[in-house]
Amino acid sequence: MDMIRVENLDKTFTLHLRGGVALPVLRDTSLSVMQGECVTLHGPSGAGKSTLLRSIYGNYRPQRGRILIRHDGELVDIASAAPRQVLEIRRRSLGYVTQFLRVIPRVSTLDIVAEPLLARGIADSAARERAAGLLTRLQIPEKMWGLPPSTFSGGEQQRINIARGFAADYPILLLDEPTASLDEQNRKIVINLIDDARRRGTAIVAIVHDADTRQAITTRLLPLQAHGVAA
Amino acid sequence: MIEMPLLSVEGLNKSFGRQPACRDVTFELWPGEVLGIVGESGSGKSTLLNAIAGRVGIDSGRVLYRTAADQIVDLATAQESQRRHLMRTEWGFVQQHARDGLRMDFSAGANIGERLMALGQKHYGNLRETALDWMQAVEIPPERIDDLPRTFSGGMQQRLQIARNLVTRPRIVLMDEPTGGLDVSVQARLLDLLRRLVQEYNVAVIVVTHDLGVARLLAHRLMVMRRGQVVEAGLTDQLLDDPQHAYTQLLVSSVLSV
Amino acid sequence: MTLQQDYAANAAQAPLEGYNFAFLDEQTKRMIRRAILKAVAIPGYQVPFGSREMPLPYGWGTGGMQVTAAVIGGSDVLKVIDQGADDTTNAVSIRRFFVRMTNVATTEKTRDATLIQTRHRVPETPLHEGQILVYQVPIPEPLRWLEPRETETRKMHALSEYGVMHVKLYEDISQHGHISTAYDYPVLVNGRYMMRCSPIPKFDTPKLHMNAALQLFGAGREKRIYAVPPYTDVKPLDFDDHPFEVERWPEACALCGSHDSFLDEVILDDKGGRMFVCSDTDYCGERQAAGHRGHMAAPYKDEAAE
Repeated sequence: MDMIRVENLDKTFTLHLRGGVALPVLRDTSLSVMQGECVTLHGPSGAGKSTLLRSIYGNYRPQRGRILIRHDGELVDIASAAPRQVLEIRRRSLGYVTQFLRVIPRVSTLDIVAEPLLARGIADSAARERAAGLLTRLQIPEKMWGLPPSTFSGGEQQRINIARGFAADYPILLLDEPTASLDEQNRKIVINLIDDARRRGTAIVAIVHDADTRQAITTRLLPLQAHGVAA
Repeated sequence: MIEMPLLSVEGLNKSFGRQPACRDVTFELWPGEVLGIVGESGSGKSTLLNAIAGRVGIDSGRVLYRTAADQIVDLATAQESQRRHLMRTEWGFVQQHARDGLRMDFSAGANIGERLMALGQKHYGNLRETALDWMQAVEIPPERIDDLPRTFSGGMQQRLQIARNLVTRPRIVLMDEPTGGLDVSVQARLLDLLRRLVQEYNVAVIVVTHDLGVARLLAHRLMVMRRGQVVEAGLTDQLLDDPQHAYTQLLVSSVLSV
Repeated sequence: MTLQQDYAANAAQAPLEGYNFAFLDEQTKRMIRRAILKAVAIPGYQVPFGSREMPLPYGWGTGGMQVTAAVIGGSDVLKVIDQGADDTTNAVSIRRFFVRMTNVATTEKTRDATLIQTRHRVPETPLHEGQILVYQVPIPEPLRWLEPRETETRKMHALSEYGVMHVKLYEDISQHGHISTAYDYPVLVNGRYMMRCSPIPKFDTPKLHMNAALQLFGAGREKRIYAVPPYTDVKPLDFDDHPFEVERWPEACALCGSHDSFLDEVILDDKGGRMFVCSDTDYCGERQAAGHRGHMAAPYKDEAAE
């Protein structure tokens, strides 16, 4: 079953502060991702990999085309959905993991990871149990769980963000450089996490620079050229 | 269950003399949704907030509110008695300056209990119990229940104001620069608290702020106002990460990132 | 007596040369009577009126005096009390003023008076139908302490937004463990309007409830008149778990032995000597005349003569 269907997407950034110069990034880009697939976006810098990923998440608004996301069994166009619906899709169907953790002041590590589960209505104790399991798997020492991660190292913050992204078991996952600043051991753990999710049927779209990781997780490669045309 | 908006503002206009403050503002607010209104000083965002709350009259437009009893009331034309009753029960208003939103000459406990007393609660023991619960919820030491707000820090005053508003479990809370005059560390604590309370009580919020960081952290959705007009509206991260309107791009690019 | 006869009688009891009966001119009296009628029709509601200059400064009972002047007739019997006493400066001055301006009969006996002007007390002797009690009011607005804007307090009255009145009582309990408001206790009149009783002790507050007399309130400086008609429900505010209570004294009146009246504490010396006596001098005197004795009472005149 196709989980994502991107159809003829155009995305141009108009920079009003630079005299209205237009930067076309995606043109007529199409993509579809099935259950249990991990599609990796591949191409030179500026080819629009992140733009495409962010558009799929509903973060960027394209000028043309549709971005259909399977939500509650239906394909919903996230590009034209109302804000509330976008939030609802993100809450239950669509996860997004970057290498940068958006730290919320004073919120503990465990709560940050458990939050997407709580938002889906999972009971407090069950959510914390699952969060704890993921943090353990990602080798975050238990003594750090109660602390807000603002003072943690980049690698620790990244792993916490990964735990948060994988906690809710979304049917669709978007990964933007999930292993960027991780050591070898942790990279392997994350690769396993991604693989487990895919085997459970999660549809994954990823951007990965590191060739080994890309090799390890990818089931299909989508090459992008400049201006985002899928080759 | 078909979900309905809690509040629909339609074509709201308000001028001060020949100076338009809100021009044809239209939007909806849904239950549990946090809507941020951003824009620079003088953009009309505070006037909009006051107009919605009925604190200033409007020139034209409708402010349709769906009450807890599931009736649609146009607050712009509603009987004053009904409007005031709703403002005391189903609505809350958190002012930028706590001194405008608190009774500074009355104790913290009395401040929290006031709305309940206005609703006819006449059991001192229960009022006190409720006040203590709320002080705990907003992280004010319970032993300060009989102290005057003027002896509180700025952050504590603001938290007291929030408790005073939430005590009747309002469905909509309007906030005008709630973190405005506070130190950064105090701001962070207040923001976290607000986030938590909004989630816990499923209250819809309209928060006016010129701080895009506050907007990013609190709001699900943003409206950008300029010269009384909404120039752009959308999901918070869409608007901040992919701003379309020239003015929004200017706002976003003017933020110092750390 | 017909109205005509009444006017004639008033005219006959000519006051000081050059003054109208009861000082105020007839137009002013009519204006005040209209305000009083409206006040009676809407119990507890503050009716604005055009307060006149009286030959006393504001704060000395000018509001009460104008009400009295507007309702007094030649056949009235006037009693004036200040803090319950007939013989204090304020009471004596006002009584003398009305005698010079009307030549009406005066009395110290509550029972015999048809018209009683009072400052800060309600007589102990129950009033009866046909009597009028006029209160001197310094600040008529019960909501003033929590809302300085007149436009806003009027709106609050109009919409019966009185819940916040409990905030002050709450503060009393939180600071003193009980409702410490001891005078000018807020009441709800006829289930509708919040009213100040003027600074009477809360001991007197229950006397307003279902009183047989007409109670009129005049505030000269604030230019307001309000009323509690006979047999009107007057309910003091309280909390379910801190009900309204009147003050009690550890002793009885040292002169008449009364346990049921409002007592003033009198310091006798600088060694801690003190006594409690009735604040209502007429009530105390009547009880003594009837043979009641407190522990410090002098023997009654007749007995002493023997």
